[in-house]
Amino acid sequence: MRGMLLVARRDLAGYLNSMWGYAVIAAVLVIDGLLFNAFAVGDQPKLSSKVIEDFFFIAFGTTIVASILLTMRVIAEERQTGTIVLIDSAPLADWQIVGGKYLSAMMVMVVMIGLTASMPALVFVNGKVSYGHIYAGYLGLVLLAAAVTAIGTFASAISRSQLIAGFLAVMLSVFFVIAWMLAKVSDPPLKDIFSYMSLFDRHYRGFMTGKINVEDIVFFVSLAFVFLVLSSRFMAARRWR
Amino acid sequence: MRSFAAVAALEDNVIEVQGLTRYYGSFPAVRDASFKIADREIVGFLGLNGAGKSTMLRVLAGLLMPSAGKVMIGGVDATEAADALRRRIGFLPEDPPLYREMRVREFLRWVGQVRGCTKAEVESELPKVIETCHLDEVADQVIGELSHGFRKRVGIAQAIIHKPQLVILDEPISGLDPRQIVEMRSVIRALKRTATVLISSHILYEIAQTCDRILVIHKGRIVAEGTEQQLSGTLGEGTRLSIAVRGKVANCEEVLGKSDVVDGYEVAPTDADIVTISVTLKGDKREQLVRELVEAGLGVRSVQDAMGELEQIFLELTRQAGAPAAFESKQSPKHHPEEAQA
Repeated sequence: MRGMLLVARRDLAGYLNSMWGYAVIAAVLVIDGLLFNAFAVGDQPKLSSKVIEDFFFIAFGTTIVASILLTMRVIAEERQTGTIVLIDSAPLADWQIVGGKYLSAMMVMVVMIGLTASMPALVFVNGKVSYGHIYAGYLGLVLLAAAVTAIGTFASAISRSQLIAGFLAVMLSVFFVIAWMLAKVSDPPLKDIFSYMSLFDRHYRGFMTGKINVEDIVFFVSLAFVFLVLSSRFMAARRWR
Repeated sequence: MRSFAAVAALEDNVIEVQGLTRYYGSFPAVRDASFKIADREIVGFLGLNGAGKSTMLRVLAGLLMPSAGKVMIGGVDATEAADALRRRIGFLPEDPPLYREMRVREFLRWVGQVRGCTKAEVESELPKVIETCHLDEVADQVIGELSHGFRKRVGIAQAIIHKPQLVILDEPISGLDPRQIVEMRSVIRALKRTATVLISSHILYEIAQTCDRILVIHKGRIVAEGTEQQLSGTLGEGTRLSIAVRGKVANCEEVLGKSDVVDGYEVAPTDADIVTISVTLKGDKREQLVRELVEAGLGVRSVQDAMGELEQIFLELTRQAGAPAAFESKQSPKHHPEEAQA
């Protein structure tokens, strides 16, 4: 655990010192803010709950993009610059390396998601919306970030360059987002599998509307877990290749 | 699987490698290498670029697993307890792995802790490491702003901050200027007090300067091992000297032809009345030959041990193993450019 925290601490300092973390957070907040005004609030009268729902719809996209931008560098960059040797030659288990990298990226993501709270707060003050709806939406966003950050970490672990890692993470994320379309054109049992893997349609939509479903929580957590285990396995295998 | 505690308790630091082979895909970078390294020995891995030195060192550092064979460190199989053994190993690759945005002291603290030391252990070791690596003047500077020489020293500092018993340095002097090379040599020698040191280099003179023993690697195989003297002994008996003499070629040939201690010779005029003699003696009888030259009225200006030149040994060994005769010999006062190009 100590090794994992040391890796996370270094990586977190890396985000803060390199401005990359600030840049991603700032870009996401600007885009969220613009879309919140133009699309969620709009110029037509709307129910507050609908505004909040639209806000979490917008945040779904920006959270995925931010997760990919933050994680594409976590391991691939170290490989590119050669600093991977520092953690490779340390007495750390591979899960500690992956866990530390993931933890630091998640800390930045949670801060970023937290900073978007000003927008639902405006609706809460000026409109009529329940705490529960906002809490559920934010839980959905954090779970989404957990899953996509794990996907990004995996892509970074198996790639030699950040660009390839980013591309891979985009492809994997897009697959999980559009899995519902594949479900529509598939026959059972593939139809059920694609339907279950549908990140947005089946598992995120509920959070947007203020509903918390255990099945959705389990899906996001297990997706994150699977990709972290795969990353860890891959990190272990590279010593043998 | 051996525990961290069990491995840390090991006192014996002997490295034993048996039949080590490492493939990259279908390419064998290291082939059937076997050797033994004693505790607190400085051993040099000498070979041309692409000979397999770095791969061998990476396997010993636990960064790569062998495709076949065994690596035993202190009697522990390195594949069985790789994580635990890494605690005892310090590794510096050719390009020092450094987080450029960190300050030197902060970086070394982090590396020490990530290699398993407590905060207190790192704090007590940090001043010694900074002193050993001559980093006092840059200890609070950002690594990205340091010169190449200082970065190399920070690289060595990160390799020893956790007090490893085995220090592995891959091309530690590449890219350094002559003054930095001399300083680096003293740093490496200082490491011997507490650790076994493995160095790879294709710079022959450097290996001879710093190492107790040399392993010559060619095409992934160890083609020879021993001290410089032992290696020269494998190439035949006798002492080969290069002598500069003031006198005539005919006079020199007369003395050499009559001498009982000369096995073979070549005489070549180099200047107006300076002659260079390349001579092979029957055993080490250089004093007698010099006396004979002086008694014949020839002025002996210099006597150099030609046989001991590592370049010559290396060329011969790799030629025997079918190598291209191209290598580098920086800083060598004994170096003959025409030999290097041969």
